[in-house]
Amino acid sequence: MIAHTPPFMDNKLTSRRSSAPHTSMFLRMLMRAAVLRRGRAASALLAMVVAAAVATAMLTLYVDVQAKLRKEFRNYGANVVVIAKDGRTLPPDSQRTVQTALSGRGLAVPFAYIVARTAQGQPIVVAGTDLEEARKLNSWWSVTSWPGATHDALVGIRAMPVVSSDGKAFDLSFNQRSIHLIPSASLKTGSAEDSRIYLSLSDFEAWTGVQPSAIEIRAPGSPQQINALVAKLTDDLPAAEVRAVRQIVEGEARVLGKTRSTLLASAVLIILTAALCVLSTLSGWVLDRRRDFAIMKALGASERMIAGFFAAEAALLGAVGAIFGFVIGVGVAIWIGRINFHAAVLPRLSVLPTVVLGSVGVALMSAALPIFLLRRVQPAMILKGE
Amino acid sequence: MFLRLVYESFRRQKRSKLLAGFAITLGVGVATAMIAVATDIGDKINRELRSYGANLIVTPQEDTLDLEIGGVNLKPPSDGAFLNEADLPKIKGMYWRNNILGFAPMLPANVSLGPSGNSQTVTLLGTYFSKTLTLGTQTFVTGVRVTHPWWKVHGAWPGDDSQDVLLGEKLADRLGSQVGSQIDVSGHPHRISGFLSTGGPEDNQIVAPLPLAQQILGKPGAVRRIYVSALTKPEDAFARRDPKSMSGTTYDRWYCSPYAQSIAYQLQEAIPHSHAEQIRQVAQNEGAVLASIEGLMMLVTLGALLASALAVSAAMAIAIFERRGEVGLMRALGAGNLSVAAIFFAEATLLALVGGAVGFSGGTLLARRIGHSIFNSQITIQPVLLPLILAIAVVVTFAGSAAAIRRAVNFDPVYALRGDA
Repeated sequence: MIAHTPPFMDNKLTSRRSSAPHTSMFLRMLMRAAVLRRGRAASALLAMVVAAAVATAMLTLYVDVQAKLRKEFRNYGANVVVIAKDGRTLPPDSQRTVQTALSGRGLAVPFAYIVARTAQGQPIVVAGTDLEEARKLNSWWSVTSWPGATHDALVGIRAMPVVSSDGKAFDLSFNQRSIHLIPSASLKTGSAEDSRIYLSLSDFEAWTGVQPSAIEIRAPGSPQQINALVAKLTDDLPAAEVRAVRQIVEGEARVLGKTRSTLLASAVLIILTAALCVLSTLSGWVLDRRRDFAIMKALGASERMIAGFFAAEAALLGAVGAIFGFVIGVGVAIWIGRINFHAAVLPRLSVLPTVVLGSVGVALMSAALPIFLLRRVQPAMILKGE
Repeated sequence: MFLRLVYESFRRQKRSKLLAGFAITLGVGVATAMIAVATDIGDKINRELRSYGANLIVTPQEDTLDLEIGGVNLKPPSDGAFLNEADLPKIKGMYWRNNILGFAPMLPANVSLGPSGNSQTVTLLGTYFSKTLTLGTQTFVTGVRVTHPWWKVHGAWPGDDSQDVLLGEKLADRLGSQVGSQIDVSGHPHRISGFLSTGGPEDNQIVAPLPLAQQILGKPGAVRRIYVSALTKPEDAFARRDPKSMSGTTYDRWYCSPYAQSIAYQLQEAIPHSHAEQIRQVAQNEGAVLASIEGLMMLVTLGALLASALAVSAAMAIAIFERRGEVGLMRALGAGNLSVAAIFFAEATLLALVGGAVGFSGGTLLARRIGHSIFNSQITIQPVLLPLILAIAVVVTFAGSAAAIRRAVNFDPVYALRGDA
């Protein structure tokens, strides 16, 4: 790093300066500062970019993590249930009402229940449902193979020995009507479902003529949105009782809240560290240019002008670094979303102003400290090299 | 001479050493705190996931089929088999007893409400609320307040040995009862200590201490099923294997892993004539949620490590850059590159060790604070981490200094001494 001739000492430059407007001189000084000390300027910019990228990635993740984790929590199944009052069945258009309220987002699966009798006269709960949809809703059901044909039955693991211990077809009767079923698959959940037999809704209705009495709903969104859905369905379906499954809704809120708080704490720590990194690199950069500072002062520049020059330089560096950093940070957030949540994290433009303002602020702060230190120094001392 | 150079450097350049040391301390502190949080987050979130309630259920082995629709049990309550209440404390004597956060026995009974002639039949559920049990010398408290944390009571929880009952809020609405008033349950008056809100079938039931349900059924010591809330390890292929087909050591390994399956197996051993099963809705989904939160925190920790490494190297680079005049003098006096570099590296090591140690304790405090304010529990840091963190600090400081030191020794002493940097 050999001493260079400051731009304004150059003869051609001086002549040009007289005709050029003041701003172009200012820009020229900025440009030369960046070009002549490429290494230092690059490392300051690099620090800025890394800090802005880290801040962007953390803020984007913080904003997006809720939506991403909610998707994982939807695997817990229904968070809203609609149950017909007083053991009756639901009005026939209930399913459509629920679908309209969900407007295509989420899942609504009807369930119809009766108590049938086996050939030996033992009572057993039989449920009719849309098996395809139930499979999507209850991903934790352990099923040997999902039945597709008519008269195929999904038999709970505890019900299996009662109806068909050897895997042969069996008969069930309800209201003097009987049905011949093939136990094509077994179901294991560890809950009440283990004692039941599940049929497709068409088989079930053709046999019993009983309509669904419950609809299990997997609704997307925040607790507020779910409460709004519950309120809307309560109005739309006066014959039914609609309630949020508190076990699911509250558990989710709790885990989500804790995760977000942890992420926030981490984000604050990481952004602070990154800001510190910028602070030390940038201060070093400005401190390093004390000779420019001294020459400007010796040539009669006012302290305010010099401070303004360094501040503008730092602010520009901050802004440029922030924009590059934003792009990289979004890339990192998308990558994290891909490998951790198997879904893309969306770039949040709302994060951009925060990152830019924060970066410029930190850059200005970094410039302020060395300027303050240098003000007390005589230019002659610096130029002499002390 | 070498030692004196290093010593004098620290003595005379307190400000710049303090700055570099501060950067290292902060970097190491953040890294330590993040590593501690990331390694502990799995355990913490696992506990939070227990707010979904019990993940294991124990039922009698020879039980008849449940006839349950929408939470209403249609089976005659005296039908089928029962478990023995006296066996319950044995759950806390199991190998994985420390992973059992709580359990709650359930005994449903059908009762008639109100004066005879105008009565209605509802389900009365007997259970533990917050019961103190003893096994040998240890005592522990368990019940639905642990296993069903989403149950809310308006009023007061009944005592486990009292004759008070909780009324489901829907049922209370229907009956128009008041908290503190009396209700006739199968002809006997009981005080309503509160209304229960669960968002489930219990809203239409009466929940009472277990002895009351046993007394109504006429089956002292009987329990229909037990809900167990246990900390488990996410299921993998090994967990799903059948223990009966395993050889000795594989079996031991399976038995001593806190899988839902192996804890269920041990519950079966602890409680005679029982069948334990995981509640798949709760147990199966825990793993996925846990894995994604853990993965996220791991990546975030990587980001934190990167940021602190950068901060440390930036600070070191500046500290060294400021001293190029000194380097020039040393070189002008005939010091070789190696001996100049040795001095700087020695200084860097010293700084890294001191800053690392202070940063480690600071990071420990920080992690503890985070654990306390977010999870209400301690985040513990293994002391084993200290040497590791110190080693990382030294390596990062070295890496950060290396480029600056190389530049400093390659700098022409003439310019350095003239101050033309």
